[in-house]
Amino acid sequence: MADVNGILVFCESANGKLASIALEVLGVGRRIADELGQQLGAVLIGNKTGSLADEAVYYGADRVYVVEDPLLDDYLTDLYLLALEKVIRQANPQVVILGQTVAGRDLAPRLAFRLNTAASLDCISLEVDKNTGRLLMTRPVYGGNAHAILVCDTDPQIATIRSKAISPAVRDTSRKGEIIKINAELNSAGVKTRLLERKIEEAGGVKLEDARVVVTGGRGIGGPEGFKQLEELAKILKGAVGASRPPCDNKWVPDNLQVGLTGKIVSPDLYIAVGVSGSSQHLSGCSGSRVIVAINKDAEANIFKVAHFGVVADWKKALPAFVARVKELVSE
Amino acid sequence: MDIIVCVKQVNDPEAPPSSFKIDSATGKVLPPPGMPPVISTFDEYAVEAALRIKEKDGGKITVLSMGVNLLRDVVKKPLSMGADELILLEDPAFADGDSWSTAYALAVAIRKIGKFDLILCGRQAADWDSGQVGQGIAEILGLPCVTIARKIEIINGKAHIERVISDGFEVIEMELPGVVTLSNEHPAPRYPSVKGIMMAKRKEPLIWKPADIGVEPSRIGQAGRRCRLIKLYQPVREAKCEIVKGETPEEAASKLAERLREAKVI
Repeated sequence: MADVNGILVFCESANGKLASIALEVLGVGRRIADELGQQLGAVLIGNKTGSLADEAVYYGADRVYVVEDPLLDDYLTDLYLLALEKVIRQANPQVVILGQTVAGRDLAPRLAFRLNTAASLDCISLEVDKNTGRLLMTRPVYGGNAHAILVCDTDPQIATIRSKAISPAVRDTSRKGEIIKINAELNSAGVKTRLLERKIEEAGGVKLEDARVVVTGGRGIGGPEGFKQLEELAKILKGAVGASRPPCDNKWVPDNLQVGLTGKIVSPDLYIAVGVSGSSQHLSGCSGSRVIVAINKDAEANIFKVAHFGVVADWKKALPAFVARVKELVSE
Repeated sequence: MDIIVCVKQVNDPEAPPSSFKIDSATGKVLPPPGMPPVISTFDEYAVEAALRIKEKDGGKITVLSMGVNLLRDVVKKPLSMGADELILLEDPAFADGDSWSTAYALAVAIRKIGKFDLILCGRQAADWDSGQVGQGIAEILGLPCVTIARKIEIINGKAHIERVISDGFEVIEMELPGVVTLSNEHPAPRYPSVKGIMMAKRKEPLIWKPADIGVEPSRIGQAGRRCRLIKLYQPVREAKCEIVKGETPEEAASKLAERLREAKVI
């Protein structure tokens, strides 16, 4: 593409508010735009986006591209793809950043191949190479065992960023920006996928991603019964229960409790891992937690490499005593 | 239903993290000692999904893999699970690609296979975790694509796909032919049966070189990359865990709670 210029970020929203990942893409986008001396554009896609465009400006966008269409009320890959493609072809940016979300991980590769360029997904750092002006994209690979720094030589350079890995933008209502409405001229006739239904299976209580305390069980818990004790502990600490992959794969707990590379990324104030060995792919989902506590009978378990506090013991013996003492302490 | 399943041979992702090493001379990841490679985890779910569709709707399952030094015992596993045919794009020219050059070579090979209703891939490979090849194949071939599936059913000639979202799932209807990427929320891959293993032993894979599928070597493998790898390194983790001890596990646990209170964590 000729005359590429500017950074473009895809801002997701939920319940009429910019999603936390939107603030993160705006934050990193603003920094890169400033370093390159370019403008930051934000893309909003939906049926009615209301005041979100103003919000995107407050959070750092110089320009907001708004694509509104009743067909965009629900996320559907093909229609969102058409909308984003249209904005990108018009804005002609050098860099496009999305969140590594259900939508972002779905859209970014499609866009990259469609626009004859390349994408790097799940980046934890995006830096500008001072010499070349190209983006240095760092992403965990091998389940988090290694990090790779990649450079893409074609434009636009497309990246998704891992949630909670990069600082969010700060709101400043004195910021001014331009709002551009784009008519995507969508037509569902040529679209070969259709949303039939969406089922929400929210676990009761505190939402895992938002919880300030997460109590997680691993393979060592051995069955669904042990998770009752973890639930009790989570309840005392007003937190949520999570799991590593084995308990989910073995159907001890619902799949949506999975914390890890292919599950949820959490960064609570306190993460209590019980019977969790600490595979790299699991640590990818929780290593941003402020304090990690581990209870595991294997002193060599990988979880102790990231934990701040730990007890080496069989959880069946240690956990009841721990729960009882925590209960006493928090009620004091 | 004619189904093509793309699978990748990778270092065993279940290898203990302590065995993970990068060869400083080549900058490549060394295979964990004493552990043979495996079919990438999510690709096995794709094989399982294909087998379930075949059991219900009939058809043929062709497995497609790509790389160098593909161990026959490893890449034949989908055959021993019940797949019908195995095609290997096996040549040094196919090696060390990125998502772009990998999807391109697979798409060209799929075009050569010609007849298919569904292409299944794992949601991401267990080594590079890129999560792009399925979508890339779809774009190159101009097909619809649904990612991160936990169930696929064929109803009235269309695929009904349960796609995992953060707080539940959605059901997407997709016209065929199309591409679906599978996640571990799908029912687990079956173990090969003894009969399956015996059958797989007798089947020889079809080997395709770049010239067989008519691709220019400059567009595949390392040469066809669009993302340059600048550096691969092991992140340093601060290993400073305060182990709380006690006479008994119960006492240690109780002291842990007190220590957390003291540190104002709870």
